[in-house]
Order: sequence, then structure tokens, then C-alpha cells
Amino acid sequence: MSKIIVGRYIPGHSLIYKMDPRSKLLVTILFILAIFLANNPITYAIVTIFCFLAVIATGLKAKVFWDGVKPLIGLIFFTSLLQLFFMTGGHIYWHWWIFSLSSYGLVNAIYIFIRFTLIILISTVMTVTTMPLEIADAMEWLLKPLKLFKVPVDKIALVISIALRFVPTLFDETLKIMNAQRSRGADFNDGGLIQRAKAITPILVPLFIHSLETAIDLSTAMESRGYRSSEGRTRYRVLSWSKCDLIALIYFVLLVGLLLIFRTH
Amino acid sequence: MSIKFEKVNYIYSPGTSMEKKGLDNVSFELTENSFVALVGHTGSGKSTLMQHFNALLKPSSGTIDIAGYHITNQTGNKNLKKLRKQVSLVFQFPEAQLFENTVLEDIEFGPKNFGATENEAKSKALKWLKRVGLDETIANKSPFELSGGQMRRVAIAGVMANEPAILCLDEPAAGLDPKSRKEMMKLFVDYQKAGHTVILVTHNMDDAAEYASDVLVMEHGKLIKHDVPKRIFADRNWLEKHYLDEPTSSLFAAGLTDFNFKDHPLTIDQLVAGIKENVRG
Repeated sequence: MSKIIVGRYIPGHSLIYKMDPRSKLLVTILFILAIFLANNPITYAIVTIFCFLAVIATGLKAKVFWDGVKPLIGLIFFTSLLQLFFMTGGHIYWHWWIFSLSSYGLVNAIYIFIRFTLIILISTVMTVTTMPLEIADAMEWLLKPLKLFKVPVDKIALVISIALRFVPTLFDETLKIMNAQRSRGADFNDGGLIQRAKAITPILVPLFIHSLETAIDLSTAMESRGYRSSEGRTRYRVLSWSKCDLIALIYFVLLVGLLLIFRTH
Repeated sequence: MSIKFEKVNYIYSPGTSMEKKGLDNVSFELTENSFVALVGHTGSGKSTLMQHFNALLKPSSGTIDIAGYHITNQTGNKNLKKLRKQVSLVFQFPEAQLFENTVLEDIEFGPKNFGATENEAKSKALKWLKRVGLDETIANKSPFELSGGQMRRVAIAGVMANEPAILCLDEPAAGLDPKSRKEMMKLFVDYQKAGHTVILVTHNMDDAAEYASDVLVMEHGKLIKHDVPKRIFADRNWLEKHYLDEPTSSLFAAGLTDFNFKDHPLTIDQLVAGIKENVRG
């Protein structure tokens, strides 16, 4: 389990951890939308400060968030560069063929850069402080209105929860099978592409069989304990609204208020 | 081919919040051709220790000398094949490793990986299929058509077909019926008698008492005792303190309070001999 932390959840004790996952998910989504309200230097500064305060409030090391941004840094720079060299307008500093460097482009590149980074940071705040299963619960709650359109929300949520629950189990099993095949002389690091692809068969076949067996066992276990669809079931993890959620809500309303006041109309 | 562990530490997920010590300053030496029982309750570090034998795990610190290899935390992942050819591991529930179309092909997988030709691999596979007590007629069946017990035997054949100098087995008889269990144990004892080293992770103290030349007792990642069965099982209080069972014969003898045993019996044979002596005497 050394390399993959499922869902990136990192245990902690700060206020954000005590929030209800539903409000956390909702506030995160709204926050991301609110980022798009910013359209001038003051509003970008405000939303950046609010985002960084949220990051600090998690009480986690900066490295955690850097790890969240790092994989996407190339994409961020690429998008920013596109803005920088292809957008025209305002004062033009430099021009060559289809490329140009303008004041509009420069400002927009910076905005795009900030916007991207903030979106990643704020979603990282949520994913590192919320367990995957809690996120699934929150999503179920958010999707509840779809029940009106006969979408089997409970069943979808059950499927997601089970899938998430079995990720670590499957990971352990994969590791075990790899070790067993390594002991039989299998080599997963050597050889060309075709050889490597071939080397995967001894892992995949046992893994598929194991997954099917686990699924059958699980359904048998559920049925023998009287599981009947999902009508009127009580919950193992009861979600409840707390003071922390209220604080988060006030924080968010404050942000939107400030953004609406200072944005250019 | 002796095995030497020197101050071996192993740490899981170092530098994270989930950091955990798997092995704690483990040192021991085993002589060639021994039959070793590795005991200890669940989570004591037996499996972690076992995975060090063929460098699936490498020590965080300390050194291991095994089969001519010197393993430290600097050891790379290259060139480990030769080591794994000489030191083979049978994991718990090894039937999970079966994947080929036929039983024969599955057993051939190991030998072929270690450089055997088609013919060599085939003859080895057929030989070990017989040795594990299976009929040649199943050689061309799919391993997934077999019963659980047969699958276990095929998987064990798949490892033993490499004919390693050191064979490590993690509870190979778990969940097998008593007859199969006995046959499996005989297979491993015979393999050791043929000049190989066998290391058996087990919860069965009867097996440990009867077959082992060395017993290694693990607890919380530490090696707390390394001795011959006779001395390991001599101290009842110590065993109880470390949640280890006594061999059945030993318990039986302890119940016979009127009897005097010269040597406290550990196996059925010793028990029978001891009772006979008492009855006659």
C-alpha cells in the first residue's frame, strides 16, 4: 500500500474534517463556480485569499497540495501560453506570424493560471479531507432529486460505495498475485512492449477470477443477511449538519458577497 | 546453502502517517538442508520475513545472505531471477496464482521463466504433477475446472517444479482435508530429505514439533526465539504467554499426571513409546 493512497484521503483533525461531506461537496462545487465570478485584479485577489485560507484551515502540509497541482502543471502552463500568444487586444508588444504578445493576452494568461490553480487547490482541500465513501454518500444526497425521474440513485450509490470499498482489497490482491508470479520467475520490468504486455496476463487472469469470486461472495453474504434492494434502509454513517458547516456556509456567502461587490460590471 | 539474517529491519510506508515496523532487528542463521518452522500469531511478521527470502521485500536496514546473494537496501530489482530460481515462495492460498489454459502449461510457467526448454519444462511439470498426487489425465484440463484441493496441489507443483534449493511455504495446508494435509506434509519432508531447505510458516504445532529442525518464533516483528522444537516446547508458561499452542502429544502427556516421561513427548511416536515404558515399567 506504499504508493497508492486510495482517494488521496489524509487523516486529520482540523475543522474542515468535522464538516458534513454533503456541505463540503456542495460548498466546493459552488466555490469552483464562484471562481468564475472574478473578473478583475481585486476579485482575483479576494478569491485567491479565500482559497488559501481554506488550504491553511485543513492543517495539512503544503506538500499535499503541491502534489495535487503537480500532475496538472503542464496543462495549466499550456493553456496559459495559448492565451498569452494567441489572444489579441489592448497594447501589442510583439507580433510574429500568427503569434502575438498583447496586454490582453498577458492579463488573461495570468487569470487562467490563477483560475486553474485555485480550482485544483479547492478540490484538493475536499478530496484530502473527505473519505471516498463519504464523498459517495454526499453524491447520493446531491443526486436525490433525480429520483423524481426514476433514476435509481440508491442503487447507483451502492455500486459506487462497493466499488470504492474494494479498491484497496483489489490492490492488495494484485500485489499478492504479482509477488506470487515474481516468485515463479515472472519479470514485469524487463523486455520490450510486447513482452511486457504478455507479462500482464499472469496478473490479469487471476485478478479477474478473484474479482468475480469476491462479487459472488459479497452478494451471497448480503442476501443471507436479508438485504432487500434499498428501500427505507438505515445508514451506517449518519450524516449530520454541524456548526462547522454553518461556518463554511457563512465563509462562502461572504466570498460571493465580496466578489459581487468588487467585480467589474 | 545457509541463510543468514543480520539486524534486519523492515519498515512499511516509511515517512508517512501509516509507517509501521514490519521487522524489528531480526538476526538468525540457518544451516543448509534444515526444516524450519516459522511460527507466531497473525500479524507477527511471518509473511514479511518470508518475502525477504527471495527479495520481494528488501530490508530497510541490515543484511541478508542467502543462496550466494548479499541483500541490502541498496540491492536493485535487476538480476534477482537467479536468486528466485534458488529460493521459491508458496504464498497462502496459492491457487490464486493459476492463470494458464491448462494445468500442464501452468506448472511449466515457472521452469520456462527460469530458462528451461519446452521439453525440460514439460518433463518437470509431469514429474511434479505426479509428486503432488495428481493424475496425468488432468494435465490438459483447465486449472479452473478442478476442485479447490486439486487447484492447491497444481499451484504447489507449479512452484516445486522449479526445484529450488530453498522452498518457503506459507501455510500450504490451510483448509485442506486431513488426508491431503498429511500427503502435503510428506511431500515437503521428502523434499527436505532430498537435500533441500524447507521453511514452513505454520500455526500447526504438531507439524512444527514433528518435522522441524529449527523453530523460529515471531512476535510484533521481532524474532523472540530460535531453537530446536524440544527446547521451544519445553516451557509451557512461556508458550502460553506468547499465545502459542502446545503440540497435541505434549498436552496429552501433561494430562497423564501419574506417568513419568523421561523426555516430554512432542510427537505421537514419542508419546506412544513413553506410555509403553510407563505401562511396562
